[in-house]
Amino acid sequence: MSKKIIKIEALKREFTMGTETVHALRGISFDIKEGEFVTIMGSSGSGKSTLLNILGCLDQPTAGNYEIDGVKVKNLSRNELATIRNEKIGFIFQSYNLLVRTSAIENVELPLLYNSSVSTEERRERAIKALEMVGLGERLHHTPSQLSGGQQQRVAIARSLVNNPVMILADEATGNLDTRTSYEIMSLFQELNKKGITITFVTHEPDIATFSNRTIVLKDGGIMQDYNNHDIQSAAEELAKLPKQDD
Amino acid sequence: MRLLNLFKIAFKAIVLNKTRTLLTMLGIIIGVASVIAMLAIGEGSKESIRSTISSMGSNMITIKAGSDTRGGVRQEASIMESLTLDDYEAIKEQATLLSYSTPMVNGSGQVINGSNNWPSTIYGVNPDYLNIKVVDLQSGSMFTDAEVKSASKVALIGQTVVDNIFPDGQEPVGQMIRFNNIPFKVIGVLEEKGENTFGQDQDDVVIAPYTTVQKRILAIDHLNQVMASAISEEDAPQAVIEVSEILRTQHKLTATEEDDFHVRSMEELISTFSSTSEMLTILLVAVAGISLLIGGIGIMNIMYVSVKERTKEIGLRMAVGGKGSDILMQFLIEAILISITGGVLGVILGLGATVFIEKFLHWPTSVALYSIIISFVVCAVTGIFFGWYPARKASSLDPITALRYE
Repeated sequence: MSKKIIKIEALKREFTMGTETVHALRGISFDIKEGEFVTIMGSSGSGKSTLLNILGCLDQPTAGNYEIDGVKVKNLSRNELATIRNEKIGFIFQSYNLLVRTSAIENVELPLLYNSSVSTEERRERAIKALEMVGLGERLHHTPSQLSGGQQQRVAIARSLVNNPVMILADEATGNLDTRTSYEIMSLFQELNKKGITITFVTHEPDIATFSNRTIVLKDGGIMQDYNNHDIQSAAEELAKLPKQDD
Repeated sequence: MRLLNLFKIAFKAIVLNKTRTLLTMLGIIIGVASVIAMLAIGEGSKESIRSTISSMGSNMITIKAGSDTRGGVRQEASIMESLTLDDYEAIKEQATLLSYSTPMVNGSGQVINGSNNWPSTIYGVNPDYLNIKVVDLQSGSMFTDAEVKSASKVALIGQTVVDNIFPDGQEPVGQMIRFNNIPFKVIGVLEEKGENTFGQDQDDVVIAPYTTVQKRILAIDHLNQVMASAISEEDAPQAVIEVSEILRTQHKLTATEEDDFHVRSMEELISTFSSTSEMLTILLVAVAGISLLIGGIGIMNIMYVSVKERTKEIGLRMAVGGKGSDILMQFLIEAILISITGGVLGVILGLGATVFIEKFLHWPTSVALYSIIISFVVCAVTGIFFGWYPARKASSLDPITALRYE
């Protein structure tokens, strides 16, 4: 029985817009176990962004419990949340969010800069290792403007790996990429998942969900479906099936 | 470790925006440079006044006859005859804070040597004069007390007089000259002192025993002045009071009567002139200070723009674990680095400008260490003060909003 990394119970999040109260999440519960590759799907307005923010410890629930790696997130201060993000979560964004005019290796080092227990040498070593894992070992000193979209997202993935998080949280990570490149990225995610890394992937593209082993579908702030995928597609195979590009 | 990392991050941001950083620094650079240059000019002029005055003898005290209202008619001080040799003797005997003193009589006239002549002033004094005025002899020797007593016709002359009446470069010592047709034997030449700040040629003088000048040239028995020097510069104000009291007793003045003499120390002169130049310095520094303030506002402005521009970056830093305090420190360090670097460049530029002013404008300058320290501290404080608000704003951003910011 693998360890539960995420425990969510009756989670609610409400926003007050003027006099109206918007129920973004209406009391949802689920767990994520170590080694899972979960996609969270839903149309816009379904509450998936809100859930992502809470999962990423960027936001606090109004009611209910959220526990990550054994730590209860509720009532933590801003600084304590920052430390949890720094140590337990790896973020990947749709628009990569790399620092401009900053080399790949320095971008990857960024989370470790905020962790004072990591020395300069260790930081560099871990950044190189992370970049090698995503296949960018040859491009350590390239700046984002010298890299393609897919490569930039690989740098972002390396950045999310560098702090050895308990979970990688990807927000529409393939949203800005063409089909070929998104399959490449998905196959990288699958590879990482095979190595035991827990991944939570928020998307609204149904084909992305076929690469994961579990899908949670949100609708109007509630869970509509939560099913295990028995027919996991291999992104690498899908990639091979795509028509060859003319160079 | 953490602070060092934040330094690196801030440094990186500065280097990435070289042009903008340099333009931001410009305000600080100009501000600091002008504060230093202005203070150097102010200090320089003050020092030059002080050194001129002390070359005239900084301990010097002069006693002159003052106006006398006893006759009902105020008379010009220079024709007053109320200062006498008895007064001098009294001062010499009773004053405790004076080291040297001399009676002085002076008159103008023509110095003649053969076919050369030159209008000059003769000062009748005693041998203490050289010590009071802090003058040395270029050649020859000073007359003696015996020569004063016997009213010998001996004289010492200044370089200007030498140049004009001995144009062929003869050795003046031992020569006979005439002053208003009275023959004098030149026994010494005074060391050259040049012009003082007030444009007076200090070398255009003839020095002779006061007895000789009194009897043979002016035919008077009162004194024009008594000159003395206080034991030290600090004792000068006290010595002025002491001398005044002696003279009041000597002149039998009652408590209600005004002094019929003037006693002045150089200190008064120094403070009069220094206060003028101090005023000027304050004005100059105020102007420079304002430009430093504007430089600081420039930093605040740029930091605000920078925070706005980098909202997304701030969001990312927070998402990967940067705390509010980390972000605050990052921007604060950035502002301080800009202002301190600006300060260093400003100090260098200010020193350069000072050297330039000294070399090409020939204004006296003097760089005071305190001016460098002050402008440096002001810089650091400016950085903290004007960097604080933008940094605070950055640190209080909500990471979710910041990440979505376009």
